[in-house]
Amino acid sequence: MSIRARGWGWRHGGRRHPAVRDLDLEIAPGERVLLLGASGAGKSTLLHGLAGVLGGDDDGETLGELLIDGRRPADARGRAGLVLQDPDAQVVMARVGDDVAFGLENLGVARDEIWPRVRAALDSVGLALPLEHATTELSGGQRQRLALAGVLAMRPGLILLDEPTANLDPDGVREVRDAVASVAAATGATLVVVEHRVSTWLPVVDRVIVLGAAGGVLADGPPARVLAERADDLRAAGVWLPDEVPWRAPATSVGPRHPLLEASQLDVGRIAGVAVQRGIDLQVDAGRVLALVGPNGVGKSTLALTLAGLLPPQGGRLAASDLLAQGLRTEPIRWRSRDLLTRIGTVFQSPEHQFVAGSVRAELEVGPRALKLGEGERRARVDELLEALRLGQLAGANPFTLSGGEKRRLSVATAIATRPRLLVLDEPTFGQDATTWRELAKLLVGLRDEGVALVAVTHDEVFVDAIADERFELHPQAFEVSSIATSGARGSARR
Amino acid sequence: MHTSTSPTATSAASGTSSTSSHRFRWRVVDIVVASVIGVAVGVVFWAWGVVWGPISAPIEALLPGLQAAPAAVWVIAGVLGGLVIRKPGAALYTELVAAVVSALIGSQWGGLLTIEAGLVQGLGAELVFAIFLYRNWRFPVALLAGAGAGLAMAINDLVLWYAGAAPLFATVYTISAVIGGALIAGGLAWLAVRGLARAGALDRFAAGRELRTV
Amino acid sequence: MSIASIRPGLPLARVNPVAKVAATVPLSIVLILTLDVVSASVAILCEILVFTLVGLGGLLWSPRTLPIWIAAPLTGVSMVLYGAPSGAVLWEFGLIHVTEGSVQIGLATTARVIAIALPAVVLFLTIDPTDLADGLAQTLRLPARFVLGALAALRLVGSSIDDWRTLHLARRARGIADRGVVRRSLGQAFAMLVLSIRRGGTLATAMEARGFGAGTERTWARVAHFGRVEWVVIAVGCLVAVVSATVAVTTGSWNVVWS
Ligand SMILES: Nc1ncnc2c1ncn2[C@@H]1O[C@H](COP(=O)(O)OP(=O)(O)OP(=O)(O)O)[C@@H](O)[C@H]1O
Ligand SMILES: Nc1ncnc2c1ncn2[C@@H]1O[C@H](COP(=O)(O)OP(=O)(O)OP(=O)(O)O)[C@@H](O)[C@H]1O
Ligand SMILES: [Mg+2]
Ligand SMILES: [Mg+2]
Repeated sequence: MSIRARGWGWRHGGRRHPAVRDLDLEIAPGERVLLLGASGAGKSTLLHGLAGVLGGDDDGETLGELLIDGRRPADARGRAGLVLQDPDAQVVMARVGDDVAFGLENLGVARDEIWPRVRAALDSVGLALPLEHATTELSGGQRQRLALAGVLAMRPGLILLDEPTANLDPDGVREVRDAVASVAAATGATLVVVEHRVSTWLPVVDRVIVLGAAGGVLADGPPARVLAERADDLRAAGVWLPDEVPWRAPATSVGPRHPLLEASQLDVGRIAGVAVQRGIDLQVDAGRVLALVGPNGVGKSTLALTLAGLLPPQGGRLAASDLLAQGLRTEPIRWRSRDLLTRIGTVFQSPEHQFVAGSVRAELEVGPRALKLGEGERRARVDELLEALRLGQLAGANPFTLSGGEKRRLSVATAIATRPRLLVLDEPTFGQDATTWRELAKLLVGLRDEGVALVAVTHDEVFVDAIADERFELHPQAFEVSSIATSGARGSARR
Repeated sequence: MHTSTSPTATSAASGTSSTSSHRFRWRVVDIVVASVIGVAVGVVFWAWGVVWGPISAPIEALLPGLQAAPAAVWVIAGVLGGLVIRKPGAALYTELVAAVVSALIGSQWGGLLTIEAGLVQGLGAELVFAIFLYRNWRFPVALLAGAGAGLAMAINDLVLWYAGAAPLFATVYTISAVIGGALIAGGLAWLAVRGLARAGALDRFAAGRELRTV
Repeated sequence: MSIASIRPGLPLARVNPVAKVAATVPLSIVLILTLDVVSASVAILCEILVFTLVGLGGLLWSPRTLPIWIAAPLTGVSMVLYGAPSGAVLWEFGLIHVTEGSVQIGLATTARVIAIALPAVVLFLTIDPTDLADGLAQTLRLPARFVLGALAALRLVGSSIDDWRTLHLARRARGIADRGVVRRSLGQAFAMLVLSIRRGGTLATAMEARGFGAGTERTWARVAHFGRVEWVVIAVGCLVAVVSATVAVTTGSWNVVWS
C-alpha cells in the first residue's frame, strides 16, 4: 500500500501544540521504512493516523491531508495492521488463540482459514503456548509477541509497528524482527516500524525517515546514506546511532560494601505456593547498580517486586540491613506502605499501573504528600524532576495521554520523588531516545553516587554494559526435577 | 475545580453540548467505556445483593416500603452511563450490562428477572435524558433521571415481587424509590462523573473535557 | 465466579449459554404468574433433582448460593408482616397485620425467590463470558459491536483479581495503601474503575486498529452450536415449568397474582 502525506498534522484534543505538523511524505508500496525521532516527536501519532484510529473531531484536529492507497485511512481500517506501543492495553480476548483470531474475524476471514493462520502467526513470533492459555497470565514480553501475532495473522497490506521489541529479550528481538521481515517479504506489504534502537532493524529496512521534534521531516533516504551523511544532525535530535553508547557511567569507587538487602535461598512467585524462581542468593549494596537480566517470562519482574517488598517471598529469606530498615523489622514485606517511600522506590514494568492522579504534576506530588512534606519542599522536588526529565511542558497533561517514553520517565520520576535508599526499576530505559536515555542514565548514576542502591530489570544491553556495576542472570528453571536439575540452572551473580 | 494549562476550551463550561452531525453515533470507545462502567457497576450490584439481606431486613421490619430507597443503588448504572457517554441508548445499555454481569456472577433474583429489571430501570433513566433531547446533562437532570429510574424500579418490583402488597406499602415503596433514585442514583452518579473527570478518566468524552479544560 | 474465568470445567459448560438462559425463562414466567407455595416448592424439588443428576449438585450447596438462602426468607418475612391482610388476624401491631392470608403470601414468596434464583445462579456459574458473547451474537444475532465491546470490557474489569493484586502492589509502592481496610478498598476500587476506563480508551483504539467496527461483515472463529443438547436443556426447563404449574392447578392452589 502506498502512503502520501501533504502538510499533514494532528493536534490532540486538549493540547496546545500539534503532535505532528507539516509532514510531506511519499512511501511506495512494498517499501520498508524505519521511522525515527525523539521521544514525543509524534511517531506514534503518525502511526495511529496511518491506521485510521486517531478518531474524529471529538478527539483532536487534523491538518493537511493523509492518504493510503488514495483513501482516507479511517475508510481503509483493517487494511493497515497496527501494533500499539503499549502491549498491555491491546489484549482483547481472554484466551491467546481467540485474541489472535479477533482481527481475522473482523476482516471476515472464513472460519476454516482462521485457526491455521492463528497457529502460524503464534509460531512465527515464538509464542509456543496452547491456544487456550489465559492472556492475563502472560509476562510483558509474551504480551508483546501476542500483539504482534494478532496483527501478522491479518496479513495487512501495511504493517505498522510501534516499538514492537521494546520488552523482548535479545533473542526475541531477532526472532520477532525476522518474523516481521518474512511476513512482509511474503505478502509484499509496506512496513513502517518505529524503534529507537536503530541497529536492530537496519538489516531489514530500505529507508529511514526521521521526524523532527518541531515538525516536518528531518532526514529521509536509504539507511546507510542518511546515517553517514547526517550523523551529527541525527545525534543532536536524539537519534540512537548504531553501535553508539550515549553515555558511560564513571566506575564506582571500590570501597567497602554496604549491603542493604540480602536474599538467601529466596523463592519468588506472584501467587502463593507457585514459585517461578527458587533458591536465589543475591545481595544489594548501597551505591551500586545491579542489573537483573534473563529471557522473557523467567521471573525477573516477580523477583524485582519481591525485592521491593511488594510480593511476599515464597520461601527462603529476604532481609533488609539496618542501613535500609532504619529501625523497622528486617522483612520489607512487613513494612507499611508509607515506610516504603523513603526506603524502597519501585518502578513497575507497565507504567500505567502506577498512575493514580489526573495530571503529571499531581502524579509527582503523590509520594511527597504521603510523606507530609511541606508545600515548598514538595514544589522544589517536583520542579527539579520535571526539569531533569524534560516533562516541564507536560506538567498539566493527563499521565495517560503521554507518549510511551514520557510515561516511562514520569514513572521513574515518581519513584525518585520520595528519595528512597533503594530503587527497584523494571525496564527503566525502554522507549527512550538517545538524549533522554542519557539524561535518565545520568540521573540514576547521580543517585548511585549519592549512595542509593539500584536494582534494574532490563533487556537493554547498553544499559547493562554502560551503567550497571553488577549483573545477575536468571535462567529458566525446571521444577519437576527438583534438587539436581535446579542446582545447575540457578541464577548466578557475576561480581 | 481542576485547572490545566491547556488553552483549548472545547466548549464553555456549561452543561449543554453542541450540535454536530455525528452527535448520536456511537464510537467504539463509547461502546467499550459504557461497557466498562456497566461491568464495574455490575460487580457493585452483585456485592450490594450479597449484603442486601442484613441491610434491608431491619428497614422492612420497622419501616416497610422504605427499603426501596437503598434499593435505588441498583439503578445507578443507567444514570452514570448516560452522563458519561451522552448518546441515545447509553443509559439503557449501561444498566443492562450491569444487570447481566450481576446476574452472571449470581443474583438471588434469578437471571431473567435481574436482566429484565435492568432493562426497565435503564429505560426509566433513558426516558428522562430523551425528554431533554440528550442535550442537558446538568445536576437537576441527573436527579430527574435517577428519579425516573427509581420510579421504573418501583413499578417493576411492585408488579413482580410485591404482588399482593397492601396499597399503603405500594405508595411508600414508590415514593421512597423515587427519592432514593434521585439522591442515590442521580446525585451519586453525578458526583462520580465529576470524580472520574478529575482523575482524568474521561478525557475522550465531552463529559470529561468540560470539567477539565481551562 | 464465572466473570473472569475461562470456560469452567463444569458439566453443561459446553452448552450454548443462550440455551441455559432460555431454559430458565418458562419457569420464571410461571412463577411470576402465580403466587403459591405448591408450584414454587415443586419447582425447587425438580431443580434439586435435575442439578444433582447432571452433576451440579456441588454448586447447588456451595457458598455461591448462600445469598439466596438468606434473601428468600427475608423477603418472605416482610410479606408476612405487610402483605395484603385476609383471613383471621393472628397478630397486630401498628402497621403490621399478620393474618392467615399474609402468612400464606410470605411462605409462597420465600419459595418463589428460591425457585427462581437457584437455577439462574447455578447455571450461570457454568457460563464462560466468551461463549456467552458468541451465543448472543451468533445465536441471537445481537449487534456484534456491542456484544464484543461488552466482552472486552468484561475482560478489562474481570481480570480484576489479577489487576486488583497488581494495583494493590502499585499503590503500596506509591505510599497510599496504609488506610483502614474499608477506605483502602474503596480508594482502590475507584482507582481500578479509573484505570479500566482509561484502558478502555486505549483498548478501543487497539480494537479499531484490528479492523473492529469497520463495517465489514464479521465472521466467527468459534461456532456457537445450537443443536440437540441445547434443545434438550430448554425442554427440561419447560418440563419443570409445566410440572410445577400442573401440580399447582390440580391441587387447586394455583393463584394468579393480579386477580
Ligand atoms: N491521546 C493523547 N492526548 C493528548 N496528547 C497526546 C496523546 N497522545 C500523545 N500525545 C502527545 O503528543 C506528543 C507526541 O506523542 P507520540 O506518542 O506520538 O510521541 P512518540 O514520538 O511516539 O514518542 P515516544 O518515542 O516517547 O513513544 C507527546 O507530547 C504526547 O504527550
Ligand atoms: N499476573 C500474573 N499472574 C500469573 N502469572 C503471571 C503473571 N504475570 C506473569 N506471570 C507468569 O509468571 C512468570 C514470570 O513472569 P515475570 O513477569 O516475572 O517475567 P519476566 O522475567 O519479568 O518477563 P518479561 O521480560 O517478559 O517481562 C511468567 O511465566 C508469566 O507467565
Ligand atoms: Mg511512541
Ligand atoms: Mg517483566
